[in-house]
Amino acid sequence: MNDKPEKLIDKKGLRLDGRKADELRPVKLEVGVIANADGSAYIEHGKNKILAAVYGPREVHPKHLALQDRTVMKCRYHMAPFSVQERKSPAPSRREVELSKVIRESLEPAVFMEYYPRTMVDVFIEVLQADGGTRCASITAAALALADSGIPMRDLVVACAAGKVDDTVVLDLMDTEDKLGGADVPVALMPNLNAVTLLQMDGILTHEEFEKAVNMALDGCRQIYAMQKEALKQKYVNVSEETKEEAEE
Amino acid sequence: MPIFLEKRQLVTPGDLIAEGEYLAGENTFVEDGKIYAARVGIVEYETKRVDVVALKAFYIPRAGDIVIGTITEVGFNGWTVNINSPYIALLRASDVLSRPFKPQKDDLPQVLDAGDLVVAKVVSYDRTHDPQLTVAEPGLGKITRGQIIKITPTKIPRVIGKKGSMISTIKQETGCNIILGLNGVVLITGKTLEDEQLAMRALLKIEQESHTSGLTDRITQMLKEEKTRKEENKNE
Repeated sequence: MNDKPEKLIDKKGLRLDGRKADELRPVKLEVGVIANADGSAYIEHGKNKILAAVYGPREVHPKHLALQDRTVMKCRYHMAPFSVQERKSPAPSRREVELSKVIRESLEPAVFMEYYPRTMVDVFIEVLQADGGTRCASITAAALALADSGIPMRDLVVACAAGKVDDTVVLDLMDTEDKLGGADVPVALMPNLNAVTLLQMDGILTHEEFEKAVNMALDGCRQIYAMQKEALKQKYVNVSEETKEEAEE
Repeated sequence: MPIFLEKRQLVTPGDLIAEGEYLAGENTFVEDGKIYAARVGIVEYETKRVDVVALKAFYIPRAGDIVIGTITEVGFNGWTVNINSPYIALLRASDVLSRPFKPQKDDLPQVLDAGDLVVAKVVSYDRTHDPQLTVAEPGLGKITRGQIIKITPTKIPRVIGKKGSMISTIKQETGCNIILGLNGVVLITGKTLEDEQLAMRALLKIEQESHTSGLTDRITQMLKEEKTRKEENKNE
C-alpha cells in the first residue's frame, strides 16, 4: 500500500483499476440474508462488503426516548476491526458516530415515520471490508433492508459518490483515489421523488466541477437503483420460479 | 385513468402504480395526484381502487381482531402480552377472573404466568394508547395444548383463502383444529403430533408461496399425497 502511484489516471483516460471516468465499480446486492432480523441486505460495491439489518418497529427502550407523534429511528454504522488494512479499534470512533447520524438522516425522509408513533426502528450497518465509499454503499444496503422489513416507505434511497482525481471529475471513488485525489462528493437520492437526501463534499472543487460531480453521482445513483429494485424482487421471483418448476414436474 | 402495471405485478416502494380517478388503497400513498406503492408487494387493481398486497409486514392491532399472544409480565392488576406487534397489549385481571379483582385474595401468577399463551380479542386500540385485550368470550383464553407457528400477518387472508376455502381444506385433510391469530400466530391442535406437523408444513408452504398462482391446488395435492403415504406405512 505504500507505493504511491504517480498518476491516478493513465494516458488512455483509464483509472487504476481500469475503469473509465464515468464507470461504476461492479455492484452485487442481496436481500433477506439475516434470518433473525426483520429485514436485511448485503452489498458488495467493488471491494466494499457491507451487511445491513433492520429490527422493528418495536417498543422503545429506554422508554423516555419514545416520541408521541412518530417513530424513533436508531442507526449504527460500524466497521469491523478487520475491515481495513490496519486493525481498527472496535470501539465506535468519531467518524462512525458521525456517519451513523448522516446515514440515519438520509434514510428518514424515505420512511413514513408518523405511521407508528411510540415505536423504534433499529438499523445496524456492519462494514466487513472497506474500500472507499462505504457511506454510500451503506445507505443503499440499509434502504433495501428497510424495504425488506415491511416498513412503509415513500421511496428507496440510493447513494453514490463522485469526485476529482488528477483534475478529472470521476464517478465512484475507491479508497486510493479518495485518499490521493482532490475531492469527494457523496450523494443520496430518492429516485422516484427525485429528491436528494444527502449531499456532502470534502476537498476543493470549482462551481463547474461541483455541478458536474453532482450530476455524475446522480447518474450513478440511478444505475444502482435499477439493481436495487431487481434485488428486492429477486427474493420473491426465486420462489415463483421454483413453484413453476414444481408444477411442470 | 391510466394504470401503469399489469395486474398482480411485483412492486417495490416508490413505484408509480396509478394516476387519476383511482382510490389509493392499502400500502399506497398519493403525491401530486399520483399513486405510488409504499411496500414490497403485488398490485391489485379494482374498478375504482388500487391496493398493494404486502409480501411482508408487521401486525397493527384493530379492535375486534382475534390474536394469539404470550404473557411477558405479571403486573399489579393484570398482564402485559406480546402480540407480535410493535405495541405491547394489556390484559386486565378483572377481565380474566370475570369478577372484580381483589389484590389480597387473588394470586395472578396462578391464573396466568409469564410464558403462557392466550387466545384473545382486541377490545380497543388507537395510536395514543396500547391495545387492550379480553378473554371473556367463548373460545378465548389460555392455550393448554397444540402447536404454535408464526407467519407474516399479511398472509393470514391467503391462508383463509376465498370464502375460507384454503383453511377448510387443511382442516379437513389433517383433521386438526386451527385458530388463526390475525397477528400472524397460528394455533394448531390435532389428534396426533403428525397431523399437527402436516398442517404446519402446509401453512409454511402457503407463507412462502402466497404470491404464486394455483396454490390451493398444490396444497390440496400435497396434503393428499401425505395422507396416502401415511396409510401405506400403516399397511406395511
